[in-house]
Amino acid sequence: MNYQTIRSLKGKKMRKGIFYGHAIPYLEDIEIKGRFIVIEGPDASGRSTQIELLSSKLEADGHAVLNAGLRRSELIGQGILEAKRNFVLGRKTISLFYAADFADQLENKIIPGLRAGYIVLSDRYIYTLMAREAVRGISSSWSRNLYGFALRPDIVFYLDVDPNELVHRVFKKNSYLDYYESGTDLRLSDNMLESFVMYQKLLRKEFNRMQKRYNIISINGNRSISEIKEDLQKRIDAYLQNLQNY
Amino acid sequence: MSYNMNDITKSIPRQGKLIVVEGIDGSGKSTQLRLLEKWLVSRNMPVFFTEWNSSETVKQITKKGKKSGQLTPITFSLLHATDFADRYERNILPLLHAGYIVLADRYVYTAYARDIVRGCNPNWVKKIYEFAIKPEIVFYFKVPIDIAVDRILSGRPRLKYYEAGMDLNLSNDPYESYRIFQSRIIEQYESLSVSENFTIVDGTREIEESQRFLRSMVMKLLPLKFTKKNRRLRRQ
Repeated sequence: MNYQTIRSLKGKKMRKGIFYGHAIPYLEDIEIKGRFIVIEGPDASGRSTQIELLSSKLEADGHAVLNAGLRRSELIGQGILEAKRNFVLGRKTISLFYAADFADQLENKIIPGLRAGYIVLSDRYIYTLMAREAVRGISSSWSRNLYGFALRPDIVFYLDVDPNELVHRVFKKNSYLDYYESGTDLRLSDNMLESFVMYQKLLRKEFNRMQKRYNIISINGNRSISEIKEDLQKRIDAYLQNLQNY
Repeated sequence: MSYNMNDITKSIPRQGKLIVVEGIDGSGKSTQLRLLEKWLVSRNMPVFFTEWNSSETVKQITKKGKKSGQLTPITFSLLHATDFADRYERNILPLLHAGYIVLADRYVYTAYARDIVRGCNPNWVKKIYEFAIKPEIVFYFKVPIDIAVDRILSGRPRLKYYEAGMDLNLSNDPYESYRIFQSRIIEQYESLSVSENFTIVDGTREIEESQRFLRSMVMKLLPLKFTKKNRRLRRQ
């Protein structure tokens, strides 16, 4: 198993496997030169905006940046959208579908990028998938095993937005609530607005639960775009600076 | 919500029976399962037949990936798991609850064998399929590699890329690659046959002889009413 010595944000040195669980056997000995940063958060939390801003800033600073994210794989991404539109798939099936899509992204995009020395910015990662599964009653040990082949990111941010505030941002963006982002399949409430808020609260709770295990840094997402940007940039700069010094 | 989906589905009483055949290509398992199906249908038993890698939703996507030859072992494994989960959640489990005899041409053991040969971690694979219930009986069709390969190649002149295990870089010759790939799968089946308690069928025997054996084994699993009626029929 390949190990990397990393320095946490508090400056503590740690040695950890670069994969969360059972590594992909044929990838055990890869060398990772790049840095891997993940931004998590619900839809309309400002994730994509922040990633765009961060990418430009990092590129301006001279880093090679690669964007990745869930449901972007050419291989399967489209199939998931179609299947969801038809409302036919069971919960385990959807989970596995997403996992397959994620695996494709990880092996064909994220890992090659990191090996080539890119800073990979991922718009969401396995945590969103695991949170969705958890609120749908899928056991967390099953999910953890499933995503055991995932690479451990260097930093994970979670844009934490109060679900009541989030609703307004969604309306500003779309003027309607998305079927899945409202957790409608869980039948929490007949009232769509209520269902959205309840569902987002459940997901938020799962993120809080995962925070410690996965070293997720919670970022107050209720603030303005520029305030959040400052906050994220400061933390990333400090992290990159720290690496150079040691 | 803290309920566990596995607990719920597993606690519903099942009246149906799950019967599985496993073995490498050319071992004769599909022929035997089809004959078993004909027999059960002729006895008015509620039967459902399902085969590996056949979910319409998933098939289209897998096909695309297979064509482009860019599937890694993990993606490959997860796509097959998706296919299985789709058939399991929509057909196999509800039909078992409804009292059907479900006949499965390959089950989770195919995934174990193939994924492990492709280099996936065995515990990872097994845990993924942990939601699948244990079949009533698994018939493992044991056949020497030469016989199986001859049977397959006589009917099919060209081997497909993944079918031949070309992604494993075993050999540049598809036929040689296929042979090595299949013999590695046999090794996996051999070890599973003990741990998973397979019922072994000699795949070199005559079709009729094997079918008699399968029917006698399946008969033991069926309701008494069916068995009695059948005995009477046989005496006539």
